[in-house]
Amino acid sequence: MNEAHKIIKTVDIAKVYGMGDISVAALRGINIEIAEGEFVAIMGPSGSGKSTLMHILGCLSRPSSGQYFLDGEDVSGLNKTQLAAVRNKKIGFIFQAYNLLARTTALQNVTLPLLYNRTNNKNKEEGFEKARAMLELVGLSERIHHQPHELSGGQQQRVAIARALVNDPVMVIADEPTGNLDTHSGGEIMNLLHKLHEQGTTIVMVTHDPKTAVHTQRTINLIDGLVDNITHNGKHKAAEISA
Amino acid sequence: MKPLEALSIAWEAILKNKVRSFLTMLGIIIGVSAVIIMVAISAGTEATIQEQITSLGSNLVFVQSSFSRGGPGQQQQGGLVYDDAAAIETGVDGVTAVVVEQNSSENVKYGDVTLESVEVLGTTTGFPSVRDMEIGEGRYFTEKEIERKSKVAILGYTMAQELFGERNPVGQYITVGNTKLAVIGVFKEKGLVGNTDFDSRIYLPISVVFQKFTPSMFARFMGDRVRMIYIEVDPKANLDNIITQIELLLVKRHEVTLETADFSVTTQQDIISTRESTTAAFRSLLAWVAGVSLIVGGIGIMNIMLVSVTERTREIGIRQSVGATPEDIRLQFLTEALLLSIVGGLIGIIVGVAGAYIFGALSDMRTVISVSSILLAFGSSAVVGAFFGYYPANQASQLDPIEALRYE
Ligand SMILES: Nc1ncnc2c1ncn2[C@@H]1O[C@H](COP(=O)(O)OP(=O)(O)O)[C@@H](O)[C@H]1O
Ligand SMILES: [Mg+2]
Repeated sequence: MNEAHKIIKTVDIAKVYGMGDISVAALRGINIEIAEGEFVAIMGPSGSGKSTLMHILGCLSRPSSGQYFLDGEDVSGLNKTQLAAVRNKKIGFIFQAYNLLARTTALQNVTLPLLYNRTNNKNKEEGFEKARAMLELVGLSERIHHQPHELSGGQQQRVAIARALVNDPVMVIADEPTGNLDTHSGGEIMNLLHKLHEQGTTIVMVTHDPKTAVHTQRTINLIDGLVDNITHNGKHKAAEISA
Repeated sequence: MKPLEALSIAWEAILKNKVRSFLTMLGIIIGVSAVIIMVAISAGTEATIQEQITSLGSNLVFVQSSFSRGGPGQQQQGGLVYDDAAAIETGVDGVTAVVVEQNSSENVKYGDVTLESVEVLGTTTGFPSVRDMEIGEGRYFTEKEIERKSKVAILGYTMAQELFGERNPVGQYITVGNTKLAVIGVFKEKGLVGNTDFDSRIYLPISVVFQKFTPSMFARFMGDRVRMIYIEVDPKANLDNIITQIELLLVKRHEVTLETADFSVTTQQDIISTRESTTAAFRSLLAWVAGVSLIVGGIGIMNIMLVSVTERTREIGIRQSVGATPEDIRLQFLTEALLLSIVGGLIGIIVGVAGAYIFGALSDMRTVISVSSILLAFGSSAVVGAFFGYYPANQASQLDPIEALRYE
């Protein structure tokens, strides 16, 4: 496992919100490594810095100090435009609130990241082809022309997952992906994530639910902006399972 | 993001919010149609003036009586007299023809038709050629008829219709004031020239007007007073020189100085330039009004785009999270503002052209729709869109992705 390519490597990442007396240190020196193909859960009490860490790992914001290597590249010093390009090419987001464009079909929502892909040579039709394939992967081929308000929460989250995968990212970042869902739909989404993991996708997921966490490979526990401990769970890597 | 994709996103956004899009465009629609209509009105006015210039003939000098002396209640003295015309014709070089006018306002009767306060114009034989009037029926009066004070009249086109309807007036008798006159001719239609309606007048030998309508107790010593002398000059002659000659001649005849002159000399050119400067002022006023309404339209676009950016904060966050750069977001909103103003501009062109056409048809002002005004209005609406769309678009591009995603 140590041999595996590191998708994530952070060195003393800190994040301070605000300035002077009212400043809040949300992260106070995070050192983690996540290898290609891993499925990692991030847990911790509310306010411990989980979302802040996910935002930095997802290149939505920059650390106040420290270094972040994503897929071997130091992204800590990139500007807004460069970060956007990194998000587009290397990261797929899954949010608690789905975050689909309203009044836009599932198919068009899934093609959205292709629109901003500068290295994408796909024409429009090839883009739709890819998006259809992703929707099929998440089991929604029957619903590609539905708009978000015509879909259940679980279905909307599947569209979001298809969107996260459409640019072939190096990892998927999920911030409480089942937080808005009932147990049944939540379970279905988790099954889908496990299926993706088994196909080789690297996934970092924030969760509140210890039962969800134990099915991942590792749990990183945060307390007060620091890594408290890391536990190894039962799940094995896709390759190890099939072996 | 490619520009074409930005265009299709913008187009979809506009269609998704039809009512708001329309309200946003309203300012531009009004601005563009205002530009087109107003330019059409001033171009129409100019075209009318241009026609008047041609119909007046360009080598005319007018000498008008101006009664500077003699206060209210006093019998007015001085001014032009009939003999001044002959003096000018013989005493000034470069004069090709002289026409004298003296007018009065009289009631006119034929059968049971009575018209009140009709303009009766006494004039001389040169009148038709100098003022570019053509006889339609019958004939014009002669030099002899002026000398003999013959009781004859020529009718303007509409005057003939009002008095005689479909009948032929030539050979009939009409009563002007208390004087019976034989109608010997009718002019062809001429229309309005400036404020003068040539068609609603009755034309008489000037001697008849002196005798019957504007008699004066001074006439015996000073000659009959006239309102106006038209002098047609040789087009090759020096106009300033001719004016100076006329002024010197009249000053001497009237025993006045240039400062106390009881007449004024103007040229066709003076009148044309006065009119032209009036229309130029009118046109620049219209251009200002139209320009201001375009700017107001632009501010409207900016306003609604700012609201739209706020309302769509979450959409912006979503786009950012999947990789839209600040430049992509700016391009998207700028394209939307541009598209709104261009579509607004196109609608404005349709409204403006239709409006100018209808205005021209319904009012007595003429409108001339010019292609350049359409291009100008359309171009400036696009510039306004880009200018006022930039600020909201830039605001959108500066949003923080995390804040934007959290926005409810
Ligand atoms: N934009 C912000 N401005 C100021 N403080 C913030 C901001 N975002 C988060 N924080 C603070 O940082 C800390 C960590 O927050 P967060 O990462 O959201 O925690 P978690 O997701 O684990 O609940 C909290 O104390 C929170 O109040
Ligand atoms: Mg959180």
